[in-house]
Amino acid sequence: MTAPVDPSSPPVGNVINLEKVRVTFGGGKNEVTALAQTSLRVAHGEFVALVGPSGCGKSTILKLVAGTLSATEGNVFVAGREVDAQSARIGMAFQNPTLLPWLNIRDNVMMPLKIVPPFKQEFSRKRKSEYRDRVEESLKRVGLAGFGDKFPWQLSGGMQQRASLCRALIHDPTLLLLDEPFGALDQFTREELWEIMQALWIEKQPTVLLVTHDLKEACYLATRICVMQARPGRIVDDSEVPFARPRAIETSFAPEFVALTQRLRERIVAARAVQEAAS
Amino acid sequence: MNAIVRRRMLSIVCIVGFFVAWEILCLLFNVSDIVLPRPSQILATLWMRFPAIWPHALQTLYTTLVGFALGIVIGILLGMLIGSSRLAYDVAYPMLVGFSSVPKVAVVPIFVLWFGAGTVPAILTAMIMCIFPIVVNVATGLAATEPELQDVMKTLRATKLEILWNVGLPRTMPYFFASLKVAATLAFVGTVISETVASNRGIGNLMMIASSSFDVPLVFAGLFILAVLGVALYVIFSLIEGRVTGWAVRGDNFSAGG
Repeated sequence: MTAPVDPSSPPVGNVINLEKVRVTFGGGKNEVTALAQTSLRVAHGEFVALVGPSGCGKSTILKLVAGTLSATEGNVFVAGREVDAQSARIGMAFQNPTLLPWLNIRDNVMMPLKIVPPFKQEFSRKRKSEYRDRVEESLKRVGLAGFGDKFPWQLSGGMQQRASLCRALIHDPTLLLLDEPFGALDQFTREELWEIMQALWIEKQPTVLLVTHDLKEACYLATRICVMQARPGRIVDDSEVPFARPRAIETSFAPEFVALTQRLRERIVAARAVQEAAS
Repeated sequence: MNAIVRRRMLSIVCIVGFFVAWEILCLLFNVSDIVLPRPSQILATLWMRFPAIWPHALQTLYTTLVGFALGIVIGILLGMLIGSSRLAYDVAYPMLVGFSSVPKVAVVPIFVLWFGAGTVPAILTAMIMCIFPIVVNVATGLAATEPELQDVMKTLRATKLEILWNVGLPRTMPYFFASLKVAATLAFVGTVISETVASNRGIGNLMMIASSSFDVPLVFAGLFILAVLGVALYVIFSLIEGRVTGWAVRGDNFSAGG
């Protein structure tokens, strides 16, 4: 089940390539290692979930790839280039919807088209026609048809999170980063969004990196699951998820699905025990 | 709607009542118009001497608006600088606090020395009066921008300018407009101070001459005009504020209108 990182394979072809990355915060006595030497490769079109106890560096990896945090040591390649202003087209959804409160839902979802090339070059020309239709289409997809004129505070948390997903996907990102976007939702909304997410992934095949606490979510959505351990943060398990697509929510009750979540759970519990013994 | 109309009516009645009470009390206690003229006398003075007052009012309005506009431009630029750079914050903030602690009356003679008496010192005084609240509020607004909202833009590889334009400045608008309402009234204070000290035109000058000849109703007429101009400017910016920053208030009026 474990797929060790093959050091001979070239970095090109991988959308994400972390090479012996180390991240520390603070200095001197107060130095905290958020991420010990970690390597991670994510191939084009993969859906990788990072799971693990809190403080294990899941979000640190996500921030490295997003470019909002730089590594203390090692290299971070996204689409074969060092993370910088020119790297891959990235879409990101956060735990909070983080919609801009002064823009209505339509303009919020449209924001990436205003910022990201090549869309931005034609933004002023197409914002009222082609891009507007594009946003409407996307909102319809997540069940928000007709809500474009509403402001974020007029929508429920679940609806805001849907809009946030639309914003993450509107510019057809090659790499989608999901930082527990379904974490704060109720069970049924969450499952509905899992289904939508899976359908979108099957249709557009972006590379996805998902950070989550929820093993069921990871097993349902991902093609590969990396288990992480804290203090120092590192990847301790890397498993393929073999279930056929499209997966139905009912799949999550199948014996092999339950067996996988059980195994991952035990892995995390063991990791936590080690971590507590160390501290 | 009915409740709103009733509230408006009540406030109008109270405001008018204030002036009526003033009128009645002056009559009742037989207060001389050299001490405190009655509102009716002030209005009569305004009406009869309007041709003489009008050019002064225009002059004051003009200098105030120019000073105010300059103050807004410089205030926003300084605020953006201070709000987005640590060094600028450390350097400029103590200096700003120092400058704003200096009484503006003391600065006017310096301006007169540099630019001569008249319009220019008045514009400059109005300007420095309104810079401080604008700078402080714009800087605060920028500093208060949620890092999560900036992260959204950073993952899209937005440039610093794009982040400022799409997140920082809109986020700052409620703070900015709050400061404008303070600054608008302060600008009038600045103009009038300067006109009183060194000018031969404007409401400040008019009032000084009137008071030196014990023409107290004319002094009050000047005060009245200043008050009306101040209220007018305040109302204008409140209206713009309602349109631009309604998202921060989340009022029912906004959701219905926007």
